[in-house]
Amino acid sequence: MFDLLTRMFSYPFLTRALIAGVLISLSAALLGVPLVLKRYAMIGDGLSHVGFGALAIAVAVNAAPLAVAIPIVIVAAFLLLRLTENSAVKGDSAIALISTGSLAIGVMVISASTGMNVDVNSYMFGSILAMSSSDLALSIILSAVVLTLFVIFYHRIFAITFDESFAAATGLHARFYTMLIALLTALTIVIGMRLMGALLISALVIFPPLTSMRVFKSFRSVVISSAILSVCCFTVGMMISYAYSTPTGASVVCVYIAVYLIFALIGAVKGRIK
Amino acid sequence: MPQIECRNLSLAYENHIVVSDLNFDVNAGEYICIVGENGSGKSTLVRALLGLKSPSSGSIRFGDGLSQNTIGYLPQQSSIQRDFPASVREIVLSGCRSSGFSPIYSKRDHSIANENLERLGISDLAGHCYRELSGGQQQRVLLARCLCAARNLILLDEPTAGLDPTVTAEFYHLIAAINRDGMTVIMVSHDIPASLHYASHILHIARHPLFFGVTADYVKSEIGSHFIEHFHGGDVSV
Repeated sequence: MFDLLTRMFSYPFLTRALIAGVLISLSAALLGVPLVLKRYAMIGDGLSHVGFGALAIAVAVNAAPLAVAIPIVIVAAFLLLRLTENSAVKGDSAIALISTGSLAIGVMVISASTGMNVDVNSYMFGSILAMSSSDLALSIILSAVVLTLFVIFYHRIFAITFDESFAAATGLHARFYTMLIALLTALTIVIGMRLMGALLISALVIFPPLTSMRVFKSFRSVVISSAILSVCCFTVGMMISYAYSTPTGASVVCVYIAVYLIFALIGAVKGRIK
Repeated sequence: MPQIECRNLSLAYENHIVVSDLNFDVNAGEYICIVGENGSGKSTLVRALLGLKSPSSGSIRFGDGLSQNTIGYLPQQSSIQRDFPASVREIVLSGCRSSGFSPIYSKRDHSIANENLERLGISDLAGHCYRELSGGQQQRVLLARCLCAARNLILLDEPTAGLDPTVTAEFYHLIAAINRDGMTVIMVSHDIPASLHYASHILHIARHPLFFGVTADYVKSEIGSHFIEHFHGGDVSV
């Protein structure tokens, strides 16, 4: 296993992808805990589809991909959050509307500009070659920001996730923190989606908290477990991807599925013993 | 000055006025029940008292050592909380806000949390998972959190909804004891017999305030006796 890792690190592009991927995965897992618990997990999925559309447009007009995608996805994040909060509009169907809509627009733009080719495939399912050194720098900055904010606001994030009306009554600006989480999720998804793929990136947000919740019963243990899982699963997924030449995104998600099943089993056994 | 002073208060919900011309005072140590039918504006009034909604006209003023952020609030349980992974201690501590901007709870916060766990008889549950507790135990945990956040007034929104009769009775005893210790209590309630039994004052609202005053007068008033008879066949002992 060590041998495998050493061989992987001898390729600069693999080293970049691994470091950036682990950091993105960690950020996504931390943000995923409040998102999943507040029933906002679908937002991650919606944002990745919007990101796909935005990247396609960026390529078509020959602009820098992130310069186009980041503002579009951030706007979409605020929009989706409003839709989810406003029960009159039926949040989940609105999210499905936006995500399939952007996916269709993206495919149309790509087929009109370059023709349906390998590009689409790598957008949808990710490519290990996608991480440039500027992407690596971005993911380091992003994960530093996410980690710092998460530590500083940890108790507030807990209070708002558990009970928004109580938190607001004690004077916390619940909306501000929810917006902050949505904003950081948008950034994480845009930066990570070319590595993981538009269709798979939201797994990084959803799997770690859901898996951890099968076994752990306090907020703190769920957060810590999610962080550890995100780092381990991504690394193992990349190693499998390298050893068997499988796509990175799908490999990582398959590792998550396996770990989820193991955790579900442990949870069931623990429940039985009690 | 009273702790809360409402003058000519009007509240709107989605641009419709739900309550108007509301005038009432809350003084230290009182136990006020807010009653009225569904949709009469009780929840809107609660949100206004907490500062989560601004009045469309009139004023709410705070005095006598109370400020809006030091009201202890016990909201109705949400569906999110039912399968939330959190320990009792984590939840109770989240009511403590004395540490201000610090990311770590102070020693003082921990001792306030422990005190309230003790007071409600749930110290032994501190390490337990919230979602595995019974409904009554969960409500005590949320009450402990509410007491951590409260300086001298607690606001409870239908705290016994969904609890069985024995647990409900225990919960009312607990609230009465807390009230005797000097905590002002405002409770939104559907439980008319319990309200009449425990409350010192009743506020009955339905678009217009129909009654505000001490409980004994409420029972004798036209609206009070009518409401009691309508809902409970007049079988109420005060």
